[in-house]
Amino acid sequence: MIGGFSAIAKRELKCYFSTPLAYVILFVFLVFASFLSFKGQFFEIRQADLRIFFDYLPILFIFLVPAIGMRLWAEERKTGTIELLFSLPVTVRGAVLGKFAAAWLFIGLALVFTFPLIVTVNYLGDPDNYVIAAGYAGAFLLAGCYLAVSIFASSLTRNQVIGFIVSVLLCSIFAFADYPSILNVLSTFLPLRAVEIVQNMSFIEHFESMRRGVIEFSDLAYDFILIAGWLAATTVVLDGRREA
Amino acid sequence: MIVLDRVRKAFGPIVAVDDISFSVKKGEVLGFIGPNGAGKTTTMRILASLIRPDSGKASINGHDVTTASLDARRFLGYMPENTPLYGEMTVMSFLFFLCEVRGVQREERQKEIDRVVQICSLQDVYYQTIETLSKGFRKRVGLAQTLVGDPPVLILDEPTDGLDPNQKQDVRTAIRVMAPDKAIIVSTHILEELESLCTRSIVINRGKIVFDASPLELKEQGEGRIEDSFANLTRGDR
Repeated sequence: MIGGFSAIAKRELKCYFSTPLAYVILFVFLVFASFLSFKGQFFEIRQADLRIFFDYLPILFIFLVPAIGMRLWAEERKTGTIELLFSLPVTVRGAVLGKFAAAWLFIGLALVFTFPLIVTVNYLGDPDNYVIAAGYAGAFLLAGCYLAVSIFASSLTRNQVIGFIVSVLLCSIFAFADYPSILNVLSTFLPLRAVEIVQNMSFIEHFESMRRGVIEFSDLAYDFILIAGWLAATTVVLDGRREA
Repeated sequence: MIVLDRVRKAFGPIVAVDDISFSVKKGEVLGFIGPNGAGKTTTMRILASLIRPDSGKASINGHDVTTASLDARRFLGYMPENTPLYGEMTVMSFLFFLCEVRGVQREERQKEIDRVVQICSLQDVYYQTIETLSKGFRKRVGLAQTLVGDPPVLILDEPTDGLDPNQKQDVRTAIRVMAPDKAIIVSTHILEELESLCTRSIVINRGKIVFDASPLELKEQGEGRIEDSFANLTRGDR
């Protein structure tokens, strides 16, 4: 496998569970996910679906995903283990992909743990489980986009808090890029074409169709290109350290 | 096994390494000494592919550190300054991780780890997490890390720094045991270490090599005192 990918991915994944971090994040995520879903008229709308849950997920991810991604490079830089890591026969790309894969899997696991919601709607009614599955797939991809942004922010600094704040900021910009209020402001000085591009860059815009059960090639391509782009940028940042 | 040919590296206006050339053969333990900021760590980091030189060539086991860095690193065990380690891992899982990264075959891994643990006397802390270890043990884990996969070249940046006299002795003994089969560079501030450990010494000052011969000759130059010789070489131009 490329330059230490699997060894690094395994190490990172183990690392999540050998510190309290993973459990704290899982706990907080599940508490908020369930609380927001059930508080947010889950019963009142009298529909057997997970619409409310998927409504809140993009917002929840803005904080959850950077919390998972912030340490990935910032910690290595702070403790100096990045020197150790890159003196080993691993490539920068292998290391970036390994860390990304581990963190993404971890978020996947967090999503798996929301299964009581699926059980609940299936118990109470007769939901379209295909739509729910598509929603989860969309949520997983959405998390991947957030994570790729966070891992990039983390590579810029040795301070995890700065990494976190920068990722939350970048994720918010990408998440809310299609909000009318933002687009209105942009349209005052940008040409219409540019405003459309910004609108199409929105994470949530692409998540919307998947959560309705429509899986389109263009949405998948958007997610994967975005992830690949941010990871490539991370590789460039880390590679640049050698020139310093 | 280790070759540097007219290597130069500057950070802005400061020239950290200025046209340095030397080579280290198998069986040699090269003591790399010099005042703080002389360019020791920069030279070692260039050899570990962590920074690229501005000009000149450096290679490990015939592989250029810039153009074939991945191959060069396969033959290198590098211990960075201050021994950074993954604190949350146990010694065991850290060494297994290194086996995997360095391509030790799955069935060989336990044997390889036993060998390294034996050399560095880590039996007592094998199952402990690294962040709970004392400084002496951390240094030994740092040394053990360089030995996994038995690379023929070792570059150790101040391996005995901050240890008590007994711990220093243990680390030196471990290095001495491996010395005949490897090319080793050890940077140090401790002049006595040169005599007890190294077969050759290079004194570096302001990025340039100012002395390259055996520790004995260095001692003779200072009329029996390495300290005097070191002071003459590194203070002369101030």
